[in-house]
Amino acid sequence: MRIDVAQVGWTVRNKTIIEGVDFTVTSGETVGLIGPNGSGKSSLLRCAAGLLKPTHGAVRYDGHDIRVFGPRGIAQHIAFVGQTSHTAGELRVADVVALGRTPFRDRWRGLNSTDRLIIDAALAHMGLTGLATRTWRTLSGGEQQRTHVARALAQQPWGILLDEPLNHLDIRYQLELMEMLAATDQTVLVAVHDLALAARFCDRLILLNQGKVTAEGIPHDVLTAENLRNVFGTETEITRDSGGRLTISHRGVAPGPESSSTPG
Amino acid sequence: MLRPALFLGGVALLVFSMAVSVRIGISDIGYADLGRVLGSRLGLAVEPLPPLVDSLIWDLRIPRVLLAAFVGATLASCGAVLQAVTGNALADPYLLGVSSGASSGAVSVVVLGIGAGSLGVTGGAFAGALVSFGLLMFLLRRSGLDSVRILLTGVAVGQLFMALTSLIVMASGDAETTRAVAHWLLGSMASARWDGVAICATVTAAGLFVLWSCSTALDGFAFGQDTAASLGINVRTMQNVLLVATALLTAVAVAFVGAIGFVGLIVPHCVRFLVGPLHRSLLPFSALGGAVFLVVTDAVARVAFAPQEVPAGVFTALIGAPVFAVILRKRGGL
Repeated sequence: MRIDVAQVGWTVRNKTIIEGVDFTVTSGETVGLIGPNGSGKSSLLRCAAGLLKPTHGAVRYDGHDIRVFGPRGIAQHIAFVGQTSHTAGELRVADVVALGRTPFRDRWRGLNSTDRLIIDAALAHMGLTGLATRTWRTLSGGEQQRTHVARALAQQPWGILLDEPLNHLDIRYQLELMEMLAATDQTVLVAVHDLALAARFCDRLILLNQGKVTAEGIPHDVLTAENLRNVFGTETEITRDSGGRLTISHRGVAPGPESSSTPG
Repeated sequence: MLRPALFLGGVALLVFSMAVSVRIGISDIGYADLGRVLGSRLGLAVEPLPPLVDSLIWDLRIPRVLLAAFVGATLASCGAVLQAVTGNALADPYLLGVSSGASSGAVSVVVLGIGAGSLGVTGGAFAGALVSFGLLMFLLRRSGLDSVRILLTGVAVGQLFMALTSLIVMASGDAETTRAVAHWLLGSMASARWDGVAICATVTAAGLFVLWSCSTALDGFAFGQDTAASLGINVRTMQNVLLVATALLTAVAVAFVGAIGFVGLIVPHCVRFLVGPLHRSLLPFSALGGAVFLVVTDAVARVAFAPQEVPAGVFTALIGAPVFAVILRKRGGL
């Protein structure tokens, strides 16, 4: 499924959070969203997932404006994994993953055998089969995060939007999750903090700064010393290792007034 | 699955506790007498009881027990729903300020005599509850139904009407009316009659059906409104439906029996320990649990200090708090 973000802007209480953002994620592509805190990554993802109504522009799935889908229609196309989602309840892992079937259930129907197969597959995919009956509050942060991703997979979405899904994950699961997202046929738009992981696993990167797209393209073109100095305010050395992958070493804070992230 | 068996067991427990509750009281009644009353009403060929005993059972005891069951079911279900909608374990049916509004309405009728002829205490309480809920929704109209905002606005509206109630009682109440109002505020099933039971039964059945039909969406609220929306739940519409339904249910319950505390807070938590947090099971079992709990509590309230009757609202906490503490200990916290 192709996702078009067309001239999207979001303004709240006269404060512009994102402005004129325009890009396309083609079907099956894995695109990374990078940028400093407060650059508008979360707001942009929420607009793309239909959770925020953009004040300007439109979001389209396969060319159809998502406003015609309604919440349920959107949920049948796209899964969203937010940044901090906790619950006080006694939900078990399998119950949480089962929530992913919500957009496909009518009001009166319980889970049917198809739902259960899909849930089991999603649990297995995220290595959670052994934890299926554990309750939420007994899980580690990483296990909770993997449960949320499994819940997204249980939606069997055409596209997955994830907001910093690597937080709390051990490095092994960071690699596994990014590998899975890169390998899947689904369209993926993911906000990533770790630039090296973004470079390694994403087909393309979008660099946001102060609510606008500063650079867009293949990782090699986006992650330049100049872009990183302008956006993150750091001096960075970018080289290629023996496998041809980008390595990024931050050498220090860049001098001058460019360090330009805004809070919020 | 164990659930249908467990549910039938719960229903049996409810019927049994209701039968026991009808029997006991200031004058004891045997099961045979109860059978004869019900039998004669159903047109069976049984020897009717003397009119006075028959009237005691049919016109006082049975409506009272039924009302306790309906109110208990309502409060526990509404508590479970509001805990899900606000994501707050401390939410209870009175969170929306409905009970405070109801008490203002009731004292307006009792003390000030507004609409005393046409409304009665029950009508006044119901009107007061609607006014307070209307004010709540008016205050929330623009902000979006953020959980914290619902909680804080509910508390503010509740405090406002609480102060209004106190003001009315202090300004113009004599000792006798103050006592009557205090009795009503604590909650008591003593005034139960058949017409009230009929209204309560209809509203409870319809309301609980609406709440239960939202089970899937209620589960989706577990991780907050964003996750709920991303699962295709129309969050705003669903919240409106659930808030209006719980407010109406609570308003009717409070109007008939006063603000009985603790049932709506504690029963859903106890039931979650038993059947888990998914609302398809949680809601019916909460209704059942609330009904049993209030029927038993009301029976205790009637006989514990006989012939003096204690408001049931006093005993819900006296009985409920220790039971809940034991369950919490067993489960190692919430």
